[in-house]
Amino acid sequence: MAPALAWLTALMVVPCGLVLALAFFRRGIYGGIEYTFTLENFGLAFDPLYAGIFLNSARIAGTATLIAVVIGYAAAYAIAAAPRRLQPVFLFFAVLPFWSNYLIRTYAWIVLLNREGLLTQLLRWFGYHGEPPSLLYTEGAVITGLVYNYLPFVILACYAPLARLNPELGEASRDLGASAMTTFRRVTLPLTLPGIAAGAVFVFVLSIGNFVTPALLGGGRFQMIGNLVYDQFLTANDWPFGAALSMALIAIMMLLLTVQAMAAERASGRARTAEGDAADG
Amino acid sequence: MTAPRHLWKLHAFVLGAALASAAPAAAQSLVISNWDGYMAPDAMDAFKTATGVSGELVVHATNEEIMGKLIASGGKGYDVVFVSSPFAEVLNNLGLAEPIDHAKVPNLANLYPEATTLSYDSGNTFSVPYTWGTTGLCYRSDLVAPAPTSWNDLLAPSDAIKGKTTMLATDRWLLAAGQLAKGYSVNETDPAKMAEVKDLLISAKGTLLAYDDTTFYSKLVSGEAVLVQAWDGWCNYGIGENADIKYVIPKEGSDLWLDTMVVMKASENKDAAFQFINFMLDAKNHAWAAENILYKVPNKAAMDSLQATLAEQYPNMGMPVGELVKFELLRDVGESQRDYSRIVSEIKAAQ
Repeated sequence: MAPALAWLTALMVVPCGLVLALAFFRRGIYGGIEYTFTLENFGLAFDPLYAGIFLNSARIAGTATLIAVVIGYAAAYAIAAAPRRLQPVFLFFAVLPFWSNYLIRTYAWIVLLNREGLLTQLLRWFGYHGEPPSLLYTEGAVITGLVYNYLPFVILACYAPLARLNPELGEASRDLGASAMTTFRRVTLPLTLPGIAAGAVFVFVLSIGNFVTPALLGGGRFQMIGNLVYDQFLTANDWPFGAALSMALIAIMMLLLTVQAMAAERASGRARTAEGDAADG
Repeated sequence: MTAPRHLWKLHAFVLGAALASAAPAAAQSLVISNWDGYMAPDAMDAFKTATGVSGELVVHATNEEIMGKLIASGGKGYDVVFVSSPFAEVLNNLGLAEPIDHAKVPNLANLYPEATTLSYDSGNTFSVPYTWGTTGLCYRSDLVAPAPTSWNDLLAPSDAIKGKTTMLATDRWLLAAGQLAKGYSVNETDPAKMAEVKDLLISAKGTLLAYDDTTFYSKLVSGEAVLVQAWDGWCNYGIGENADIKYVIPKEGSDLWLDTMVVMKASENKDAAFQFINFMLDAKNHAWAAENILYKVPNKAAMDSLQATLAEQYPNMGMPVGELVKFELLRDVGESQRDYSRIVSEIKAAQ
């Protein structure tokens, strides 16, 4: 354990710490760092403009998470219900997009959605001759890009508990008179909640910090927190403020991950109890 | 075992002495930082053939990127850098720029007289101009009627072209469109005036297709956009692909942007650096930029040597220098840069 801890400390904790320490200093007049201790960057991070950007990012990331979880869980459920020998094949197809680069997957949406893109050409082929729909560079396009890119994570995360689910529990529930819907709601869903939680946190954390998708699919018209941090470090040369924003983002993400870990602990505790009861019964 | 240990120390000493004496024999070598594709691909080889000095070209994608590196390292590791004029000003203010030794750069005589008296560096004391130009409106003359004449045609577009316009994403030019439309300076620092500019640009944002720095001319060619804010050289790339595309400077004016070459004070090969600048100012070498990147260069000898057909196909290449320097030069705005960044964040975050 000690070597792993040392590796993690030296190669992750220390570099992150060095960057985050910048948050306590001030930007020099021409973009360098002025080493005078100050807390003004944190005050600025809570300014209405930036807090608003943060909340907006959370909203977009939350919407993407919701859609991804619904689609991902349904897909994982279908895969887990498929014949055993076909499941690896379906999983392979679910993960196949990852074989290409993130940037290329995002660019593919630009090609599909732009006004002279493949979608418009498909509509024209079906006889639509009106004004081409303006789908690109909208918030919907950004959310679509985020959902598409992170869906495989949700599918894999939800598939694991679904595949491990003991089918006898479902049978027992129906023997006791519960409808399929009730079985799903009161047996399947609670037992697979850790997978949903893991997938949801994964999508949310990756989406909220994402700056590539809003920049490409949003046409620069949507400023998410990731874009803001990127701008501070690479355009405005205001490293201290960028570090303060990053610190705020990391703190919130760590909070979410802790809550998710605790929820997973409790849920797995309940699962063990439920399986124990089913085995006894 | 004392005998082998003594011998080991002797071996180490001899090896060290040999290495130390070998080091100073290495030839001079320059490190140049420039945008990708901004000079001829064989320029470094041609420079070596002409002067015997070898050079290494590193690329930077943006001014801010190279400025970050230079400020962090105090200019060490670079000999000549290509930066835009406001950033050359900053380098000079920080004491990182070496004064240009005019005696070592005789090709300075090739420059237009107007290029030697620019407000940010009159007399070319710390920088040498490489390319210059304007920012204006680039549009499809077959899809936009009547032809645009004002920045407000972009900022408050007619219903026919709403949703088919783009603006530049880089903060100075994004703001310049608003500043010029309101009749203010492109280096405006008055907070009240900048607030007005911000409101105008936020209302313009609702009509835009996107903010685009790099693919706006392809959008014009494909018809996805019909009217965009563009640098004159980039509009030429569109004109090259579709002759219906035209460039116009709005009646409120443009900014004068300038890319320059600066020698770093921390350079250890200053004479070679001046030789490099002299080499780039040679009429033939400098004309490469005009012919291949389709940017105007402030080099009279180079511009005079261009084919007449170039200015026929790309009208803005034939712009008289006297007209060009009438526009306001982009300058560093010092402390107000933070306010500029904040205003751009507000515009981009506005719903």
